[in-house]
Amino acid sequence: MIHKYSMSGYNIVLDVESGGVYVVDDLTFKMLDKINLPMDKSCPDNLFKEFSKYSIEEIQDSYNEIYSLYESKRLFSDDNVYEKYSISAEQTPIKAMCLHVAHDCNLRCKYCFASTGDFGGNRELMSLDTAKKAVDFLIKNSGKRKNLEVDFFGGEPLMNFDVVKKTVEYARKEEKKFNKNFRFTITTNGILLTDDKIKYLNEEMDNVVLSLDGRKKINDRMRPRVSGDGSYDSILPKFLKLVKDRGTKDYYVRGTFTKHNLDFSNDVLHINDCGFDQISVEPVVCDASKEYALTEKDLSKICEEYELLANKIVERKKNNSKINFFHFMIDLKQGPCVIKRLRGCGCGNEYVAISPDGRIYPCHQFVGMEEWNMGNVYEDNLNADIKDKFSKTTIFDKEKCSDCWAKFYCSGGCNANNYQYAGGNILKPYELSCEMEKKRIECAIMIKAALS
Amino acid sequence: MKHIKLLNDFNLKETACKGGCGECQTSCQSACKTSCTVANQKCENEEQR
Repeated sequence: MIHKYSMSGYNIVLDVESGGVYVVDDLTFKMLDKINLPMDKSCPDNLFKEFSKYSIEEIQDSYNEIYSLYESKRLFSDDNVYEKYSISAEQTPIKAMCLHVAHDCNLRCKYCFASTGDFGGNRELMSLDTAKKAVDFLIKNSGKRKNLEVDFFGGEPLMNFDVVKKTVEYARKEEKKFNKNFRFTITTNGILLTDDKIKYLNEEMDNVVLSLDGRKKINDRMRPRVSGDGSYDSILPKFLKLVKDRGTKDYYVRGTFTKHNLDFSNDVLHINDCGFDQISVEPVVCDASKEYALTEKDLSKICEEYELLANKIVERKKNNSKINFFHFMIDLKQGPCVIKRLRGCGCGNEYVAISPDGRIYPCHQFVGMEEWNMGNVYEDNLNADIKDKFSKTTIFDKEKCSDCWAKFYCSGGCNANNYQYAGGNILKPYELSCEMEKKRIECAIMIKAALS
Repeated sequence: MKHIKLLNDFNLKETACKGGCGECQTSCQSACKTSCTVANQKCENEEQR
């Protein structure tokens, strides 16, 4: 299968199965629609007639180039050669954990999927004992995996900072005993950041995710404090200090866009103008009845905005400005292996989330949904049926994914979104997300073409 | 080539035999917690690279 599109003056062609990506001229772009398979080595007569406005030599050359990629199996390469790897997808060890150290929050973000921090339950903090049990559980279930990831999440994890610190200390001690390597991340709204906490996070966290939606009025509309006041003025200087002190270690300033800021490219660029170059601004995912929800009607505007943003990023990069937009990151020369791309996010199989009382869920988005409770770190009783179900969520298990050109880039999308917003089935892709993801991939590749 | 410019020169099919070590980052542990993105993760397998 191939996918072709034009954007910002570039004709781009993807060979889906081999991962080949090409920029082609107009003649070749049009000729690709007229190729019959299997290809003949010599250019068929009908192509000379069809493209008579071009010279015979040009047509011949273009055809020969297409043929050489075809012959080396990098264009029109065989479909679905990977299905056997999908069938053998097995239950993997658990290697990543989202640790919900605080089901409480000092903001009242209107779009919060955690119901402003409590995930639909009581406001509570994780005890150190539970956090240690979670670390033990992760080590015990990680098999031969060496790199283990723990994300401190909430609610707002800095509301339980002492437990964060002591959990890191405990895991660092245990990793030596079991020959593991813990990588910690934290997702924070920044309200409770102090110089000491910044120093600690910069030393211990492999990655920090700093929540900010963009322009002050956009951020403060959706991310108010408990009092109703905005959060922008308080957090911005703290994030700037954290990033300045962080050196080359990873971070993202991460925001959410909603129907209220469909011109979200301005928010991405605002964050960049503030002094941050690692940026992620993602579409809100919520029930369509919410006044800020994104719907099918917004899709064309969102796609236009992604394209505008992609062009702005090209412009800034050509002027040597540093800007990296998470959803436009793509590694065309290597990236993850095809096995990873088949399995996708790994939720419920290699990745789990732990609630403050120790219950285990497939991921942070399933927390609080009792039908998806996989067990408890205190009882060490992982539900094998649920884990098995998630091990069979590859792109070939999802009917609509196997025929999609974007399957090896998005890897099947978010199972939780599918379950919540696409009819209660983790295997049925949420189409609004699919369309946005496809546009982002097209933009990401266009950026590569423009900067190549 | 004159008409076609290659933006990459790797073949995904070649990653199938040595792939699947599972050491790379889980996608939702990076920046996305709501919209899954996999193709931007780094490969951690020395043999593969």
